[in-house]
Amino acid sequence: MKEFNDKNAEGYEEFGSEPQSRTIVVPGEVISSGEDFLPGEGARREGEDIVASRYGLAEKVGRVVKIIPFSGAFIPRRNNVVIGRVSDIVHSGWIIDIDYASNGFLPLMESPRFVNKGEMDQFLAIGDVVAAKVWNVTPKGIDLAMKGKGLGKLEGGFIFRVNPSRVPRIIGREGSMINLIKENTGCNITIGQNGWIWVKGSDLDSELKARKSIEFIAEKVLVSGLTEKVENWFKENK
Amino acid sequence: MTFKRPDGRKSDEMRPITAKVGIIPNADGSAMFTFGKTVAIAAVYGPRMLHPQHMQDPKGAILRVNYDLLSFSVSDRKKPGPSRRSQEISKVTEWSLSPALDLKDFPNTVVDVQIYILQADASTRVAGINAASMALAQAGIPMKNLICSVSIGKMDKELVVDVDKDEEDFEDGEGATDIPIAKLANTDEYTLLQLDGKIQPHLIPQALALADKACAKIYEVQKKALKNVMGDEDK
Repeated sequence: MKEFNDKNAEGYEEFGSEPQSRTIVVPGEVISSGEDFLPGEGARREGEDIVASRYGLAEKVGRVVKIIPFSGAFIPRRNNVVIGRVSDIVHSGWIIDIDYASNGFLPLMESPRFVNKGEMDQFLAIGDVVAAKVWNVTPKGIDLAMKGKGLGKLEGGFIFRVNPSRVPRIIGREGSMINLIKENTGCNITIGQNGWIWVKGSDLDSELKARKSIEFIAEKVLVSGLTEKVENWFKENK
Repeated sequence: MTFKRPDGRKSDEMRPITAKVGIIPNADGSAMFTFGKTVAIAAVYGPRMLHPQHMQDPKGAILRVNYDLLSFSVSDRKKPGPSRRSQEISKVTEWSLSPALDLKDFPNTVVDVQIYILQADASTRVAGINAASMALAQAGIPMKNLICSVSIGKMDKELVVDVDKDEEDFEDGEGATDIPIAKLANTDEYTLLQLDGKIQPHLIPQALALADKACAKIYEVQKKALKNVMGDEDK
């Protein structure tokens, strides 16, 4: 027996498995009738029909119909990597603004080394930018964790935003797209699922090139064969 | 029939309608909808943090609609800012949109909808509802269905679809009656039904039948606009 992991763990798989068909649907539209398919994320069953609840791309993968939204605000999920800014320091941790309706909370315990409660701002001050992982989503708020590869305080480079729904495409299948950008620019890039992207390279030119290529991808999310187009883009913009 | 429409339309003919989504880059969802010279834009923000806190609902997000005429939308400059009229329309728009939305996944938050009328030639609230419905869809808010909305008028004894300003001011005979109607697309669920004027009860089913036909057309335009969002790109 094969063990199943949480497929959407990083959101990488959103465009991962090969879909049988893709169509743009609007809320209330019937995607398919009969018992052949099961409603997945963004879809619901109404009697005989599977109906879209959200606007986006309806994708039939196996027997499941799900909808990939291509616009809208960020909704955090467990294990999402997000980039946020420290907005407050409280007695047991840091409040992180992650561009969502409620703030993220990063407990003091999550800091990789011992931090004295009186000197918390020496590790993370208000305004500092961190990459963290969503540990838990509750109605009360979002708990963050910072233990893991690539997580922690982000120093140097710059951050910018793209629409959160474009993030899976920027990362690409198993990180193929982002690796392509990293190879071509030599930059260090961290992408938060909330659409914040941090870029740090050896010089400003390569950083700006990385940013431009990411914005190019964000514009062209729905185009097929995007990897090829991005390769060409790098050839044209040497 | 005695009444002739000033712009020569047939009684069941709407003004030319257009729709476009994604017009406001900073919004989470946005759309424009026009009925002839009436132009409405809508922007959706959120779900986002709701203040004041006492308005928060742990059962789900609340919907907050703000409708306003811009000062240059009418021929006499409209004094900017909220008015009794705009507050009422904001509220009825909120009520007409909320049955279509499924906001239970976003507790203690708010979905803000801003509707602005760039150009007013009557039927502004229904144009605003149509725009808001598309903007909410584009913002990725879970919805039961799109909302389609149209105004039915009664000019003297004749029922007409999509009232414009000349008709709204019509005074001969029994005068003008304006009935804004909103409904969930392709269903019989009405979410807005107002009546300004007088109408005989037996005409109401006729008015609703006219609205159903018009809403079907509006729905197609809304759907097309949403599906065409990537139309300017190579396939």
